[in-house]
Amino acid sequence: MHVTVDRGRCDIHAQCVFEAPAVFQLDDDDELVYDERPEAVHRPAVERAATSCPVAAIRISER
Amino acid sequence: MRRVVIVGAGPAAMSAVAELRRQDYQGSILVIGAEPHMPYRRPPLSKHPLPTSHAQLALDQAGRAEATWLLGRSAHHLDRQNRVLLLDGGDEIPYDGLIIATGVRARRLPGRLHQGRPEVMTLRGFGDLARLHGRLQRVTRVVILGAGFLGSELAATIRRLGCSVDLVERDRLPLLGPLGPVLAQRIADEHRRHDVRLHLGRTVDRLHGTDRLDAVRLDDGTTLPADLLITALGSIPETGWLAGSGLVLDDGVRVDNTGRAAPGIVAAGDVARWPHPWPAGESVRAEHHDEAVAQGAHVARTLLGDPAPYAHTLAFSTHIHDMRLHSVGFTGKNYRLHVVKEGPGGRMLAEYRHAGRLVGAITHGYIRDLTTTYRDLPARSCHEPSATSPVHAGQRAAQGAGGRGCVEHA
Ligand SMILES: Cc1cc2nc3c(=O)[nH]c(=O)nc-3n(C[C@H](O)[C@H](O)[C@H](O)COP(=O)(O)OP(=O)(O)OC[C@H]3O[C@@H](n4cnc5c(N)ncnc54)[C@H](O)[C@@H]3O)c2cc1C
Ligand code: SF4
Repeated sequence: MHVTVDRGRCDIHAQCVFEAPAVFQLDDDDELVYDERPEAVHRPAVERAATSCPVAAIRISER
Repeated sequence: MRRVVIVGAGPAAMSAVAELRRQDYQGSILVIGAEPHMPYRRPPLSKHPLPTSHAQLALDQAGRAEATWLLGRSAHHLDRQNRVLLLDGGDEIPYDGLIIATGVRARRLPGRLHQGRPEVMTLRGFGDLARLHGRLQRVTRVVILGAGFLGSELAATIRRLGCSVDLVERDRLPLLGPLGPVLAQRIADEHRRHDVRLHLGRTVDRLHGTDRLDAVRLDDGTTLPADLLITALGSIPETGWLAGSGLVLDDGVRVDNTGRAAPGIVAAGDVARWPHPWPAGESVRAEHHDEAVAQGAHVARTLLGDPAPYAHTLAFSTHIHDMRLHSVGFTGKNYRLHVVKEGPGGRMLAEYRHAGRLVGAITHGYIRDLTTTYRDLPARSCHEPSATSPVHAGQRAAQGAGGRGCVEHA
């Protein structure tokens, strides 16, 4: 699973951080940092995060 | 269960479809939606930069193949005895399980005031946005009535486009109810800093202009030149079609803490009114994208026979000019605000307390604290022994940034 966040769109709503804290976090400056290649066990949480993101910034692909 | 019907095709519906399939439900799913669009995200509709296409807002397209979508059609009656839904064209749709996800509609200006003028509009859906885009090409003076989240966000967005903005609010501060006086004052200052003219404690009582709108008169006699009036007066749950169904309608569809409205019927999203975690007897209806997604999935499981108490962390954010507010749990003027820390550039982190109990937190600039220290806040406060509270039973919880965070853990 490959996760990408479109930085042009992401507006730090932080919904993804609530839904999938193992994959999405905020750094000291409240900027989003994330694991581009999370383990498969995180898939349901990542899918929830993608649906919850209010600006559709999260993409999941299979590569 | 062989036939699930979902009424309303928004994020709650889309999330329910995905969860039904995730739970290996093999039967049919029919979704009936009044708008001509597949489910989409509404939050960007009021924020800079305004979206220009439906594709930018679309939710996960995978759901398209998982259900049959009957779009541009409305349910207008529910016959629970015969488990049949009546559509606008007269079609009868039988169901085994029903998911109510019809959301809310915008409250409008009384007809005697707007008299069908095309320069008076509101913003709820993509259709409204398309009209707004058209208007904004041609106008320079915009009046917005209502300074809640929608009105305040729109004021900021439209100022950035270069129009003049007058923001009219009946309360003494913008967002006073959902945020409380301290933060509401900061929002007011933020509007003024960006040259949004605030008219507080006022409402609109007349529109001027014969062929087209040219001014709006306030109740104190002030006349504001205007080419466009946008109303942002809050919303009304879409439950008209449920009249006579026997379901409990009380500013939304009443559900129990698993999302059930009646046997075989569940409700999710903006339309659903849930039991409040405390004090017992109160109820709450949230209007958040993230809640619609979480509730849609939850009630899908309830419908399939796996009912559990709903316990989702309520998290909300809004961007108004340069202010980015994030909150978790319950917020608003009914609670006491306690500032935890402040920093340069107006950064702040504060807690909301009710009868000594921590019920919510809000920040501008310390988002990470919310996502760490406070992330389990609603559940945590629910586990505290129930406090004797001064809030009258039956009184509604503050909405907006507030809302439900969890339900009673029986
Ligand atoms: C401009 C705007 C900005 C927002 N910003 C934010 C934000 O920043 N953050 C946030 O969390 N939330 C925000 N929200 C709220 C968020 O969009 C809602 O909480 C969310 O859309 C609720 O989803 P839902 O599926 O419950 O209902 P909806 O999205 O309202 O979908 C319900 C659908 O049901 C249809 N329907 C109604 N009646 C019938 C009927 N009888 N038969 C068939 N179909 C019917 C409606 O036409 C609609 O398409 C915003 C909303 C708006 C309008
Ligand atoms: S939810 Fe979306 S906008 Fe918010 S931080 Fe995550 S990716 Fe960015």
